[in-house]
Amino acid sequence: MSTSTTFPSSVAAYFGGVKSALLSVFSLVLMGTYIGMGALAHDVGVSSGWLALSTMLVWAAPAQLIMISALGTGGTLLEVALAVTLSATRLFPMVVALLPLLRSPGTRLRDMLLPTHFTSISMWVESLRLLPAVAREHRIAFCNGLSCGYMGTAVTFGFVGYYLAAGLPPLLAGVLLFLTPMSFFLSTVSNARMMIDRLALGFGLALGPLLAYWGVQLDLLWTGIIGGGLAYAVHRVREATQ
Amino acid sequence: MKAAVVEFGPYLILIIVGFLPNEVWRVVGLLTARGLNEDSELVILSRTVATALLAGVIAKLILFSTGELANIPILVRVGAAMCAFVAYLLMKRSVFAGVIAGEVALLFGGFLFVH
Repeated sequence: MSTSTTFPSSVAAYFGGVKSALLSVFSLVLMGTYIGMGALAHDVGVSSGWLALSTMLVWAAPAQLIMISALGTGGTLLEVALAVTLSATRLFPMVVALLPLLRSPGTRLRDMLLPTHFTSISMWVESLRLLPAVAREHRIAFCNGLSCGYMGTAVTFGFVGYYLAAGLPPLLAGVLLFLTPMSFFLSTVSNARMMIDRLALGFGLALGPLLAYWGVQLDLLWTGIIGGGLAYAVHRVREATQ
Repeated sequence: MKAAVVEFGPYLILIIVGFLPNEVWRVVGLLTARGLNEDSELVILSRTVATALLAGVIAKLILFSTGELANIPILVRVGAAMCAFVAYLLMKRSVFAGVIAGEVALLFGGFLFVH
């Protein structure tokens, strides 16, 4: 599926990343998500410039949704900040899993700052899929290009949604919302080549709704810790017995 | 929040309740990942935790939908997800083809059951 990609320079790698972003299914997802986000921001009454800045600074759709809906419905500053930080815990394991893929012997900490900030679900899934085929010295540039492609799409379609807010037909709005779980689902399936990743995926799919149904607090965090921990444990046992 | 927006201005609010509480986890990840290589156990464990968490998000988005998606019956949503998976397998593991198939199934099912 992914063939080895070589670039003549870092600049070429950067634009290779931008191209991969624009051609991937996730730009479609981001269009759908941010049209919805733009419409919500319009209804709540924040400016379109504020929405664009929040997309660039926060760069996490769940956190933005929490923040923008809270602007409409209330909640104290502390409550909103707490809800945002809980939704953002997923970024921690993602960054830890991604950065070692980007590092080469001469990499400095400051070269990692942009990829760290850019880490989000779509970028993470695509990076894990595409980076192994990219030469190590060009991975950071490629990853930054990929992220800029996604962020540019999100900011642009935030504006589109903001000024189109007049109301999509409900069924079409539902179809747009369905883009996110569908594309995350199939991309994660397609990334899970190894048994350990398939186990993590399966455990997560089962545990997520179960814990939510039981009304467990911080259900997604526990889904990650228990599901991921189980997959890891099975992998260790299999390694030890082989 | 509304009063706070008036008092501090929307951009300061964005930094305090949006940017900082979100970004802190990325920075903690950056500091944790220093010196680790991609085969280290902590990195593998982080990948499984992130994958399981993401899978949980996906399942919840399909089963406990919000917004306009919630108006489409759950059986249609689950059925559409299955169509997407089958199409993905049939079409040489194409994510794009799978997503399109899932969307068409949802549109069709939604049209049939809601209208």
